[in-house]
Amino acid sequence: MSVIVSSLEQRIRADNLKESPLSTQEYFVNMGPQHPSTHGVLRMVVKLDGETVREVIPVLGYIHRGIEKMGESFGYRQFVHMTDRIDYLSALINNWAVSMTVEKAAKIELNDRIQIIRTIMAELQRIQSHQLWWGVFGMDMGAFTPFLYGFRDREIITDIFEETIGARLTMNYIQPGGLMFDIHPNFQKRVKDFLKYFKPKLEEYETLLSGNVILQERVRNVGIMDAKTAISIGATGPVLRASGVKHDLRKLDPYGVYDKVDFDVPVGRIGDCWDRYWVRIEEIKQSMRIVEQLIDNIPEGKTMLMKPAVKIKLPEGTYYSQVETPRGVLGVFVVSDGKDKPYRIHLRTPNFNNIWSITEMSSNWRLGDLVAMLSSLDVVVPDIDR
Amino acid sequence: MNWEIKTVAMFASEALREGYLGAAGYIILGVVAIAGFLAVLGMVLIYAERKVAGHFQCRLGPMRVGWHGVLQTVADTIKLFLKEDIVPFQADKVLHILAPLFTLLGTLLVLAVVPFSPGMQVADVNIGVVYVTAVGGFGVLGILLGGWSSNNKWSLVGAMRAGAQIISYEVSATLALLVVVLFSGSLKLSDIILSQEQGWWIWRAPVVGLVGFVIFFIASTAEINRTPFDLPEGESELTAGFHTEYSGMRFAFFFLAEFINMFIISAIAATLYLGGWMPFHIGGLDGFNAVMDLLPPGAWFAGKTSFLIFVLMWFRWTFPRLRVDQLMRLEWKILLPIGFVNLIAAAFMVMFGWYYGN
Repeated sequence: MSVIVSSLEQRIRADNLKESPLSTQEYFVNMGPQHPSTHGVLRMVVKLDGETVREVIPVLGYIHRGIEKMGESFGYRQFVHMTDRIDYLSALINNWAVSMTVEKAAKIELNDRIQIIRTIMAELQRIQSHQLWWGVFGMDMGAFTPFLYGFRDREIITDIFEETIGARLTMNYIQPGGLMFDIHPNFQKRVKDFLKYFKPKLEEYETLLSGNVILQERVRNVGIMDAKTAISIGATGPVLRASGVKHDLRKLDPYGVYDKVDFDVPVGRIGDCWDRYWVRIEEIKQSMRIVEQLIDNIPEGKTMLMKPAVKIKLPEGTYYSQVETPRGVLGVFVVSDGKDKPYRIHLRTPNFNNIWSITEMSSNWRLGDLVAMLSSLDVVVPDIDR
Repeated sequence: MNWEIKTVAMFASEALREGYLGAAGYIILGVVAIAGFLAVLGMVLIYAERKVAGHFQCRLGPMRVGWHGVLQTVADTIKLFLKEDIVPFQADKVLHILAPLFTLLGTLLVLAVVPFSPGMQVADVNIGVVYVTAVGGFGVLGILLGGWSSNNKWSLVGAMRAGAQIISYEVSATLALLVVVLFSGSLKLSDIILSQEQGWWIWRAPVVGLVGFVIFFIASTAEINRTPFDLPEGESELTAGFHTEYSGMRFAFFFLAEFINMFIISAIAATLYLGGWMPFHIGGLDGFNAVMDLLPPGAWFAGKTSFLIFVLMWFRWTFPRLRVDQLMRLEWKILLPIGFVNLIAAAFMVMFGWYYGN
C-alpha cells in the first residue's frame, strides 16, 4: 500500500510541473473510504479533469482483519465461522467452500440430502445477493425506490434462512461433514411460496429499472471491458461472464448437485455495465430454476456425517477447492501439517480481482459513470481485504 | 364572471395616500404572510414528500411523531435549529454564511408574485413573467457560492454542475414561458390567468400548449435540481454536492429552498398553462362553467399545484439520475430546438388566430 501512495504523490508533483496557462488543471479527489457509493470502506484516489475521470487507483486495506492469519489458530470447524464475514452476502456459499476443502481432504462422501439442501441454500443465497445488488445499483444510479424493493423481496429469503438457520446475515449452516441442523419443516413450503411470489416481482424489477430510458442511457456501452482484459485481471463471476466468457464453476467444475440440474449460464456480449446488469438478472432466473427443480426432490437421510464435537485433523498436504459465489470464484487453499489447525489458509476471493477492472475501464468516462461501473462490479469490500 | 384582483401591494399603495403608517402595516403584513407561508409550506411539503416516498416504496413513511407522523417535520426542524453550525477550516466564512440566504432569498422573492386566488396575492407585477425568471435565477448564485466557499472539491464539482445546469435549462424554461406570453399578450400573471377564462392554454393552443407545458415542466425540474436532474446534489456521486459542508440551519435553508422551489415551479406551471386559480372553463358552455365556478378559485389553484407537486415527487421516486453530458445534450440538442420551433409555431398561431376560442 505504501508503494501506491508514494507513487501517487510523485504523480501529483509531476502533474503540477506540466501546468501551463492554457491547460486545465487535473486534480485528485478521494472517493472513500467514507463515500455513499463505495459500498463500505473502499478508497479510490480519482484523478479528475473537471468531470472526466483520468485515472482511478483503488487503495485497499481499510477493513483488513487478518482472517487468513486468524485461520491458522482456529480449527477447521471454527474457521467456517470466519467465512461468513468475508463476503457477508454469500455467507452460505463461503461456508460451503471451506467445508468442501475439508471434506475433500478427509475423503468424506456426502449423501444426496446434504448435497441438495446445500445447493438449494446456495442458490437462495445467490438470489438474495443479486436482489440486494439490484437495489443498490438502482440507488447508485440515483433512483432510491429499487433499493427498498430489493430489500423487501430479500427479506423473504432472509426469513426463510432465519427459520432454518437462526441467523439472518452471518449464517453458519454448512459445516464440514454436512449441515449444522436439518431444515425446518416449513422450509419447502416457504421456498415454493417465495418462488411463486418472486416471479412476477422480477417482472416489476424490469419495468421499474431495466426498461427505463435513463438507465439504458447510463449503462449501455459504458465501462466496456473485453474478454482478454477480464481474463488477464483474473475477474470471475458475472463480471467475467458479461465480457463474453462462459466461465461458471457450477458447469466447469460441478460440485453439489449442479451436474444433475438443468440451468443455463447467461453470457454478455461486450462487457459493458448493461451486460453485467443483464447477466445478474438472468442469473436470478436461473437460480430460481435450479431451486424449483430441487425443492420437491429432497431425499431422506442424515444431515451430519462427522462427529460434531471432535476436532478435525487433516492428513498432511495441500488442498484446494473452489465454488462459484454470486461475485465469482472463491477458492480455499489449505496447507495442512497433520495437526488440528491448518498450517496456512489462503482465500482467493473474487472481489479482490474484480475491483481492479475499474482501473481498466474507467479512464475518460465521467464521474457518474465511475459510480455506475463500480456498482456494476458488485463489490463487497470485506471480501477484498479479508 | 368578473374576477376582481386584489393584492397586498394594491392595499398598500391605497393606504399610502393617507399616510406612511398604514402602507408600512400592509407591507409588513405581506412580508409576514410570505415568511409564515414559507415555513408552513416547507414543513407540509417535506412531510408530503416523505409520505409519498414511503408509499411508493412499500413502507409507511413517518408514523411515530404525532398522528401518522404529522409532527415529524416539526421535530426535525427543532433538531436542525439545535445543531451546531459548522464552518469548515479555511472556508470563505462570509460567503459560506451568506450562500444559503441567497438561495432562500431567490425563492422568497418569487413567492411574492404567485397568484393564489383573485384576492390573495402579495404583488401583481406588470412584468410578472420576467420577474419570475429573473428572480428565480437568483438561487444559482447561492448554490455556486456555497460550493465555492466550502473549500471542498466535491462541493465545488456539485456547484459547477448546478451552475451549468441551471443556466442551461433556464433558456428552455423561458422559451416555454414566452409561448403563453404570446397567446395571452401580457406579462402580468393576473392577465395571463384572466386570458384563460375560456379554457386553459395547455389545450386551447393545440399541441403548442402541451409541448410548451412539457418543456417548461422538464426544464424547471432541472432548474430546481430534482431527480432525475439532481446532479448538483448527486448523493451517490458527490455525497451531497454543494451542501456537503453545511449543517444545522444553513443546511435547512438549502433544503427549504429546494422544497419551496418545487412549489413555485408547480404554481407557475399551473398559472401559465393550467389556468392558475381559474376554474376549468370551456368557452361557450355557460352551464358547465357555472358548475365549475362553485369551487372557489383558491381550491382550484391548490388542486392544480398539488397535482403537479405530486408528479414531481413521482419523478423523484421513479427515475434514475442522468449523467452530466446527457443532461447537457438533453437541453441543447433536444429541448432547446423543440422550444424554438414551438415558439415560432406559437407566433404563427397567434398571428393567424389558429387557436381554440379565438
